[in-house]
Amino acid sequence: MNSLAARRAVNWIMTGLCALALAVALVPLVSLLWLVISRGFAGLSWSFFTAIPAPVGETGGGVGNAIAGTLYIVGIACAIGVPLGVGAGVYLAERGDTRLGDAIRFIAEVLSGVPSIVVGIVAYGLVVIPMRRFSALAGGVALAVLMVPTLARSTEELVRLVPHALREASLALGVPQWRTSLRVVLRTALGGIMTAILLSVARASGETAPLLFTSLNNQYWNWRADQPTASLTVQIFNYAVSPYNEWHDKAWTSALILLLLVGSLALAGRLVARRRVR
Amino acid sequence: MRPKVEVRSLNAWFKANHALRNVSLTVPANTVLAIIGPSGCGKTTFVRCLNRMHELVPGARQSGNVLVDGQDLHARRVDPVNLRRRVGMVFQRANPFPTMTIFDNVVAGLKLNGVRGDYPVLVEKSLRQAALWDEVKDRLRHSAISLSGGQQQRLCIARALAVDPEVLLMDEPASALDPIATARIEELIRELRESLTIVIVTHNMQQAARVSDSTAFFYMGELIEHGSTEQIFTNPRESRTEDYVTGKFG
Repeated sequence: MNSLAARRAVNWIMTGLCALALAVALVPLVSLLWLVISRGFAGLSWSFFTAIPAPVGETGGGVGNAIAGTLYIVGIACAIGVPLGVGAGVYLAERGDTRLGDAIRFIAEVLSGVPSIVVGIVAYGLVVIPMRRFSALAGGVALAVLMVPTLARSTEELVRLVPHALREASLALGVPQWRTSLRVVLRTALGGIMTAILLSVARASGETAPLLFTSLNNQYWNWRADQPTASLTVQIFNYAVSPYNEWHDKAWTSALILLLLVGSLALAGRLVARRRVR
Repeated sequence: MRPKVEVRSLNAWFKANHALRNVSLTVPANTVLAIIGPSGCGKTTFVRCLNRMHELVPGARQSGNVLVDGQDLHARRVDPVNLRRRVGMVFQRANPFPTMTIFDNVVAGLKLNGVRGDYPVLVEKSLRQAALWDEVKDRLRHSAISLSGGQQQRLCIARALAVDPEVLLMDEPASALDPIATARIEELIRELRESLTIVIVTHNMQQAARVSDSTAFFYMGELIEHGSTEQIFTNPRESRTEDYVTGKFG
């Protein structure tokens, strides 16, 4: 039973099963990529990136304003969500062994389980109703609410991974606690935190539901935070539910652009995280 | 000789555990004090009390006085941050900042506190003091973790020296190093005595005998005996000290 041949056979079978599991896991990913690329590639053109949508019945046009709008809204979300999320994470890791820390952790957990459309409704109530209009700001707030809990928890985990010896080294040099937290502990965890930020940005830029009734949509370029703003996801949604075949094609092409956008963000993040001192 | 560090009835606790019991001793300026004793006897706790690193551990407490140059630096109103700039520390395991270059590691104590200065001059001086300059002068911009363990420990010593402390605490600085690196560090300690007062914790009695002027033997949180190194190793007053230094226990 335990002969070399038998153990080799078991090893071979198990390796095969693992490879099979990997292949099965890759099937949805590859098919998704293939579908989006094959359906969307034909529509790619320079003007699709730069032009604004054409009215019904006209050919041409693009989603330039929606690309810019997505970046704009996600930028607002980052400006609000990254300091809050990372700050909360550092607090939880450094001072979180209290009842308050437990409460924050519990709330973050609950918040990260809230469906994104509910977050959209909250942002609608908090921002859209008082301002009496849909706006990029409202969309940014909704996405920030989605980013904060996951960002806080992953930052906490990453900061906790920083060896205690580094904290002590800094404190023993006469560096105050707060500077140690910011400039040694956070700095050491920064590579991981960048990745966490980019993952949450990628997740946020793919959200449609919270934007539907916060930033709404816009057929034109918009750079004002208090105006309705186009986004790729809402644009894809609108194209996809339309009755026109031409618009369906545009939905596929927009989806391809969204994939490229998220993919290049993730790639850029990896490169930034890797570019350290040697 | 002028006393540099004076410890008066120092007690330390970890929650209910009484880790240091009523320790009093004096370290004259420009001497090396070696702390010896079996594991868990309070050696590390003792040095960590001297620069108030002990109080950072949750549930830790201390009482008594520690005077540096006759000034009580453990009074409640004294900011431990200022104390730690005067009383530097080197840890058992080398802990350079992994995200910083060799250069930045040396001046970390100044940079992190926003103190300006002639960094290149200071880096060279500190690295020369730590006997590391010749080995790293051509790669100051490399990561600190590219160095070997012994070099990393000397880098940590250079980092501690760069803030110009008056007292240097060393917690088993050579316990993770090979004999050659250990010898270099011991040589370094003898040189540094010219400008500093050093307290070194060590498990290695030959090391204590080689580098120190006076030796303190701790056992179960108590200071059993404190005297000149020669006396402790050749003619101890206490039988427990004799048993320990002759290797009968510990």
